[in-house]
Amino acid sequence: MAEKRKKKLGIKQRYSMLTRGLGWDTTYQDMDKVFPYDNYEGIIIHDWEGWEDPFRLTMDAYWKFQSEKEKKLYAVIDSFAQNNGHLGITDARYVNALKLFLTGVSPLEYQAARGFTHVGRQFRGVGPRVACQMQAIDELRHVQTQIHSMSHYNKYFDGLHSAPHMHDRVWYLSVPKSFFDDARTAGPFEFLTSISFAFEYVLTNLLFVPFMSGAAFNGDMATVTFGFSAQSDEARHMTLGLEVIKFMLEQDERNIPIVQRWMDKWFWRGTRMLALVAMMMDYMLPKRVMSWREAWDIYFTEAGGALFADLARYGIKPPKYADIATKEAEHISHQAWHIFYNYTHAAAFHTWVPGKEELDWLSEKYPTTFDKYYRPRLEYLDKEEKAGRRFYNDTLPMLCQVCQIPMGFTDMDDPTTISFEVSEYNGDKYHTCSLGCKDIFDYEPAKYVQAWLPVHQIYQGNCGGAEVPDVLKWYNFNLGADNLEYNGSPDQKLWDEWQAHRKKA
Amino acid sequence: MSVASIGKYEFEPLDKVENFHGNQLTYFNWEQHLLFCAPACLPLPPEMPFAALVQEVLPGVYNKHPDFQEINWDEVTWTLDQEDFTPDMGKSLADNGFGHKSLLRFWTPGLDGIEGSHS
Repeated sequence: MAEKRKKKLGIKQRYSMLTRGLGWDTTYQDMDKVFPYDNYEGIIIHDWEGWEDPFRLTMDAYWKFQSEKEKKLYAVIDSFAQNNGHLGITDARYVNALKLFLTGVSPLEYQAARGFTHVGRQFRGVGPRVACQMQAIDELRHVQTQIHSMSHYNKYFDGLHSAPHMHDRVWYLSVPKSFFDDARTAGPFEFLTSISFAFEYVLTNLLFVPFMSGAAFNGDMATVTFGFSAQSDEARHMTLGLEVIKFMLEQDERNIPIVQRWMDKWFWRGTRMLALVAMMMDYMLPKRVMSWREAWDIYFTEAGGALFADLARYGIKPPKYADIATKEAEHISHQAWHIFYNYTHAAAFHTWVPGKEELDWLSEKYPTTFDKYYRPRLEYLDKEEKAGRRFYNDTLPMLCQVCQIPMGFTDMDDPTTISFEVSEYNGDKYHTCSLGCKDIFDYEPAKYVQAWLPVHQIYQGNCGGAEVPDVLKWYNFNLGADNLEYNGSPDQKLWDEWQAHRKKA
Repeated sequence: MSVASIGKYEFEPLDKVENFHGNQLTYFNWEQHLLFCAPACLPLPPEMPFAALVQEVLPGVYNKHPDFQEINWDEVTWTLDQEDFTPDMGKSLADNGFGHKSLLRFWTPGLDGIEGSHS
């Protein structure tokens, strides 16, 4: 007699079979040999089953869910292209934020896919392994959909044609690139602390939200739609970040100081990278969302404060130098924009002095600092540009050994004096921009002496030639189109023609 | 502290002085003149006289600033690698104590930058 067909599995059972049920303990080989990477960092795990799956999602449900989102996204991208959506943005200056995003951030999604693929193999616990594998696929999807969403702009605007090539070579893109290289070359637990926790959980609202709401405010529906499509993924990523922290902290109290040090390090590296977002918010969006200062107060001081209050029961303190980072929120966007204004002849996007109303907005948002330190300089630069003497800095800058940003940040208690730190290691000097970066260097000098600092590489002759134009060609720039001041750029000319045409019509 | 690693972790620094074709990296910063957003970095021969640095190198870096022509070089104060420093104009950079990746900072009294904003 035929056996009775079994009933369909219940959700809980099915979930367990499709995640935990897929793992096994090896018998021919020692588990430590099969998973050699998950204990050398010093993190002690007693019970991998203690991992609480933050999202009860199985691979089959994941595929179905993602493909639905994909269909919607590509319908919007198509209609954006067919309806000349680029004509609906507030101003062509806005596209420079996209150039920065596509060259600086989208390649990080790919780096994240590589990182999560790696750690998704390396944990012996099935729970974190499955979570990391799904996130790896998400990240791959994000880089693809970002490229597809923004590719429409590449038909009309300069500087969008070689993002991955530029990411590996261009001086300012070494800032995000080295951030991820640092994370991916760490062990799996540090990788998750850096990317899933510090970046995705603590700081993501300061990266993703400003870019996406900036897109919405400035009429860029393609990017907004991508943002919506990624949102549910991001929610999952954040949950993973918090879960991994709680897992490490609950497993053994000897993990606490290691986790604390990683939080301190990756918080600081994250805030350095966010200087790019700060200047985007305060300078690059023709229609502003909120100031960097306001975003910091809401998303870090308030939201981050609540998070660290919650983690205090594990013995975790707020990140070291959070107080300095909060002081920096007053200055960092202006200082970062000034760096790019100095060197925009060597950048794949344009810079400009904000118009009078925009300067007034900055004066209002930064009442105690902007008029005192930054406005006179911007007005001088504007005057020079209008007189045909657009200021560019002709000498390559000194870079920080850790964050790789030109040393343009000041002492926050003395905003007219550059902050300098230095360490000695094996007889050589290593300069850093801040105590945060110096601490990172001093803890693992053998790692950071290998930093590929773009300025030093140019002087060693490794970047296409001795003259700046040779280097820029090696970067794959179209000289005179991708780089230089916005006023007079081909982007601006094209935009002005469209506007004139529209008026006539 | 050494790097936590799965094996031996020893790598060459990327910026050893030998990699700069006989030059050494030198960093400069004109203090309180933040029109130049960051200190400058140049590879210079260690045998270059300090006077050549002042007369030939610094103008190339800084002469776009309206204050630069106003500098009275006799009044300038210097630090080399964060120590007070009195340069000997006739001696070479090396004999003045410059090493690879030395940092030279200088202050120009009475000059406060664009509109007194230290830019």
